[in-house]
Amino acid sequence: MSVFIQQLINGFFIGSVYGLFAIGYTLVFGVLDILNLAHAAIFTLGGLSALWLTRTTGLPVWASFCLATLFSGLLGLVLYRVAFAPLRRRADSNLSGLISSIAMAIIFEAGAFEIFGARTVRFPQGMFAVRVYHFDSLTFTSLQLEIVAIALGLMVVLSLCLKHSRTGKAMRAVAESETTARLLGIPVERIISETFFVSSALGGAAGILFGLYFNALGPDMGRSIELKGLAVIILGGMGSIPGAILGGIAFGMSEVLTVALTGMSSLRDAVAFSVLLLILILKPSGLLGRGRIRQA
Amino acid sequence: MLRVRDLQVAYGPVIAVKNVSLDVASGAIVSLIGPNGAGKSSILNALSGVAPLKSGSIVFNGRDISRMSAHQRVSAGIAQAPEGRRVLAGMSVRENLELGGYRRPAKEVRENIGKMEEYFPVLRQKSKMAAGSLSGGEQQMLAIARGLMARPGLLLLDEPSLGLAPLVVRFIFEFLERLRDEGQTILLVEQNAREAMEISSYAYVIESGRIVVEGASRELRRDAAIERAYLGLA
Ligand SMILES: Nc1ncnc2c1ncn2[C@@H]1O[C@H](COP(=O)(O)OP(=O)(O)OP(=O)(O)O)[C@@H](O)[C@H]1O
Ligand SMILES: [Mg+2]
Repeated sequence: MSVFIQQLINGFFIGSVYGLFAIGYTLVFGVLDILNLAHAAIFTLGGLSALWLTRTTGLPVWASFCLATLFSGLLGLVLYRVAFAPLRRRADSNLSGLISSIAMAIIFEAGAFEIFGARTVRFPQGMFAVRVYHFDSLTFTSLQLEIVAIALGLMVVLSLCLKHSRTGKAMRAVAESETTARLLGIPVERIISETFFVSSALGGAAGILFGLYFNALGPDMGRSIELKGLAVIILGGMGSIPGAILGGIAFGMSEVLTVALTGMSSLRDAVAFSVLLLILILKPSGLLGRGRIRQA
Repeated sequence: MLRVRDLQVAYGPVIAVKNVSLDVASGAIVSLIGPNGAGKSSILNALSGVAPLKSGSIVFNGRDISRMSAHQRVSAGIAQAPEGRRVLAGMSVRENLELGGYRRPAKEVRENIGKMEEYFPVLRQKSKMAAGSLSGGEQQMLAIARGLMARPGLLLLDEPSLGLAPLVVRFIFEFLERLRDEGQTILLVEQNAREAMEISSYAYVIESGRIVVEGASRELRRDAAIERAYLGLA
């Protein structure tokens, strides 16, 4: 029984990182109706650049975290300018954007490979004090708690900003209708750039937290989360922020539970994706429907 | 206040507006009437900067705005309540109003929302409701109020009577007269020619992208031949 609860807790921890990754994905989808398939590459570069900052400059982890998050956001701006903005006048911009975002993902990954090498790298030992807590037979670490607190904190901040801030409202207006937004005097191009910045900053932050959680980073770390992120936003309902959060946690838990119940880690992805299909059969619009970004 | 010369609007090879020149004097209601597909919305959208301007000049308060982006034009003082109302359906009534005032300082936005709610008390009652859940007439009121939130020197209205019951149309037109009496300049697009002529001082009749007749609304109304030919009122 306690193994079961322990696994649920672990699933919750990793699920919160999935959720953080997925809200960035779903934010861009909700506002622009495009899938940014370079999101996983930004996740990777976020993680690797935080590690690089920590190791070469000796900055404390929190400072590297902030800088690398910012850097990820800037990569998002580059991504938008290069892969999406030039295509916006095209009638098929959703599909062509999808393809050019794959191209950017390949370039980003190759860059990561060249700069950081192919090996799996780790944060240096003793970089931060990790305390271990015991409750009955349950164990978790201060690092895990910090990770989940940051992930949930960022998700709450994003939700509140979308709901209440001037820019958040403008993002929702653009999500509903670009032309109407322009008629109201909203600078649509700038709002879209800001959407990419926020989305990518969150994706990068998720990469850093993921790297800290497993203490293993490599240029291919985005691979494992790429499809899961997509699954999570489909599960939560495309374009829904709360759906992505919920979907991420549900996905993380079902993954971990599969391993705990069957004892076979090889089944992990198969079962998690089966759960996805099952939910979609029962509720095709996903857990929280569609277009919720508009109402935030 | 507004001076448009030789305006052309083209969607790819399709030229929707050909050499249209028109003027709107400060404090007036000027109407633009004509059948479906005549190019009325295209003219308004070109003024707002959301339709492709091929050539021509748009001078507003002495400034050529024809190269400005849409949001700069709102800042310059041109706002539009578009055809079909286009309220942001998933957002609340209040949020729609707030976004109408996107380019105004926050304090002014709060004051103006109060003013809009005085004009249209229903917008206060339904302040928190999704704009998409309002009735057609209420959505039209919201669209006009949202346009006014920008404090525009010139308000562009595209078929505010579209699909509304006669009583509601009456109410909207009376409101437009009230606005004019308060000093608001309005360029009004309508298919509902008779009502539009009643409240406007000057009118342009558009057909196939060109101005075919123009004149003081009072004169046009009196001219039976024009009525039959262009206004379908016979
Ligand atoms: N976005 C667009 N792309 C291509 N053609 C367009 C576009 N918008 C309008 N048109 C064309 O331009 C012409 C004028 O259309 P417009 O909407 O300006 O007319 P209108 O006078 O407003 O008509 P209605 O009374 O039906 O609203 C039409 O032939 C229309 O098909
Ligand atoms: Mg029209």
